[in-house]
Amino acid sequence: MENKLTVSVSPHLHKNESVSKIMWLVGLSLLPSGIAGVLIFGTSALRVILLGIVSALFTEGILQILTKRKITIFDGSAFLTGLLLAYNLPAHVPFWIPIVGSGFAIAIGKQVFGGLGQNIFNPALVGRAFLMASWPRYIATFTTPLSYDAMTSATQDAVTSATPLALLKEGKILEHVSYLDLFLGRRGGCIGEVCIIALLIGAAFLLLRGYISWHIPGTYVLTVAVFTYIFAGENGLFTGDGIFHILSGGLILGAFFMATDYVSSPLTQKGQILFGIGCGLLTAIIRIWGGYPEGVSYAILMMNAATPIIDRFTKRRIYGK
Amino acid sequence: MVRLDEHKHETENKPIENAPLPARVYIPLSQHIGKPCNPLVKIGDTVSVGQKIAGLEAQLHAPIHASISGKISSIQGWPHPVLGKCKAIVIDAEGENQCQVINLKPQSEIEKLTPEQIRNIIFEAGIVGMGGAGFPTYVKLTPQKPVDTLIINGAECEPYLTADYRLMVEKTDEIILGIILIARCLGAKKVYIGIEDNKPLAIEAFKDKTSGLGFEVKVLKSFYPQGGEKQLIKNFLRKEVPSGKLPFEVGVVVQNVGTVFAIYEAAYLNKPLYERVVTVIGSCISNPKNLLVRIGTPIKNLIEFCGPLKEEPAKIITGGPMMGIAQYTDIAPVIKSSTGIILMNKKEANEVEEQCCIRCGACVRECPAGLMPCLLNLVSEKGRWQEAKDYGVSDCIECGLCNYVCPANRRIVQTIKRAKLEAK
Repeated sequence: MENKLTVSVSPHLHKNESVSKIMWLVGLSLLPSGIAGVLIFGTSALRVILLGIVSALFTEGILQILTKRKITIFDGSAFLTGLLLAYNLPAHVPFWIPIVGSGFAIAIGKQVFGGLGQNIFNPALVGRAFLMASWPRYIATFTTPLSYDAMTSATQDAVTSATPLALLKEGKILEHVSYLDLFLGRRGGCIGEVCIIALLIGAAFLLLRGYISWHIPGTYVLTVAVFTYIFAGENGLFTGDGIFHILSGGLILGAFFMATDYVSSPLTQKGQILFGIGCGLLTAIIRIWGGYPEGVSYAILMMNAATPIIDRFTKRRIYGK
Repeated sequence: MVRLDEHKHETENKPIENAPLPARVYIPLSQHIGKPCNPLVKIGDTVSVGQKIAGLEAQLHAPIHASISGKISSIQGWPHPVLGKCKAIVIDAEGENQCQVINLKPQSEIEKLTPEQIRNIIFEAGIVGMGGAGFPTYVKLTPQKPVDTLIINGAECEPYLTADYRLMVEKTDEIILGIILIARCLGAKKVYIGIEDNKPLAIEAFKDKTSGLGFEVKVLKSFYPQGGEKQLIKNFLRKEVPSGKLPFEVGVVVQNVGTVFAIYEAAYLNKPLYERVVTVIGSCISNPKNLLVRIGTPIKNLIEFCGPLKEEPAKIITGGPMMGIAQYTDIAPVIKSSTGIILMNKKEANEVEEQCCIRCGACVRECPAGLMPCLLNLVSEKGRWQEAKDYGVSDCIECGLCNYVCPANRRIVQTIKRAKLEAK
């Protein structure tokens, strides 16, 4: 019997949880908004999503072969990066945009740091920032929802339009966009960000399962709402439309699914609250006074950079100290 | 804190049973925290049950007693459930007289005992903390500062184990007498008895029988590690033991119910600590039991008694599954601090491969000591001991919760235990 006994250090029980299970379940939680994206923007959205995912898996696999490391393309994390990158793109982009973006996200956003768990920045956002800097023309023009096509004209070609946030930035008045339109996703925008209700269904799932907590998304969304209410109004202070700012752009996608990325966000709840507030402030500042209509990606990336220092100053209090 | 699968239902309703007397016992010379004892007997000597066979001169220790009557056949190195290997006194059973003659001391005689005498009885009986730590009990009852609160730990928060529960149900009166004795010894004015809510019979029994005594029975939620000494103090008194200090610093002493029962036996029955209750359980065991076992009985005997085996065990643990120790052999003996023996099958013992930390923060959320286990793991793995020290590695209570919740299956406790030794 002796030689067959396993000797290991306690504990001898483990929760039935694994990294890949978490990754795939986060992927699952993003399914509703993907379906909504395809329904809203048509099959070109599906093409972007698939290309993004395949490119992410392929890049991860190739790099792991080249660096002679274990191939982990099915642990769900590369899948998630590809999926999130695609969700952050308009539906009509040329086929090579999601391919290049996902490849960059995995190669430069993740693998150069040493792979899963080592990256400083959210890989999908690194990919998106790269695309925004390199081909802004494709990234900043947005597909009009199919339903609008039907309403306005009969053309089936991709009609591009500005997002509500961009219109606002240009000083145009948003008459035809109601809160309900924003909530359901009847607006221009990126594939995965437009349908708020679908995103919230996924977010509720993650919150209930305990995979994310309210600390980052809650403080993030609230900060944006309060800050834009105070400063974003046309008629002086305290006249802004906080609800509009919550529902438009990529805030919900960013707050619940990107800012909550474990690897690049703080460890403690205190730190997460600071992180959320920081993301919120930066997002609102960019939206109100910055050069871009939307600030979620850059806000999260900047706060990613601040994560180590937040961790340092928000350690938990040790029992008895 | 986390609610764990209890796995207690198989033995929680099984009364304590006497394990068959072993033909040979291996009594390790080290069964307490501190220097090992020296043997007081030689090979060939005849000893009777309860006779003191090992001790030390004037040092922190707990003397050791023969658990069966017989002949000393050797004093040799032998597997030890905690230390791996340790010198042990081997006794071969001889003669019919395997039970100590026991006379119950009258209450009047007990009441005359001074605190000093009580402590001496406890010392002479070789009593150590029986919840797993093995700290000599008389030392704990000799605090350097006045103590006003005594907490009796009946939480038994480790899954699988039911030994304390059965004791609380079957020996309620005896435990209460023991508590009164300890409270008197310490001069404690306030007594709390903490029991987890998954032990309804014990709660009922203690609530019933302590009415009028001024004790407070506290029902705890069954969360792990509810029964940690420092956790109990925080929970009951809303105060914390300062880092690196012992509970008496805040005027508290915590005693496990098993230890209290041993103290009762020592004082009332003049019986030293040579047997204890052990839960033998696990998916490989077909007849799990709560057994009264003589110290030094090889684990193997108990497994056979609870057999037949359903399947070959892949892991044998002494203690609970969260903090217990995986054995490399089934001939290791039961010692004073062995609370249970758990046999896990291949599937349960399967070691999942370690993955990279994804900083999910589960360990940080759950750590009852307020540490950042994932960071401690990281710096300890790289041998950065000073950093581990700065992160408070010495405040870790090794409850294992960080490891339990880790989705990447990091061996956090293992690296922390190493860092604790290195960072001293």
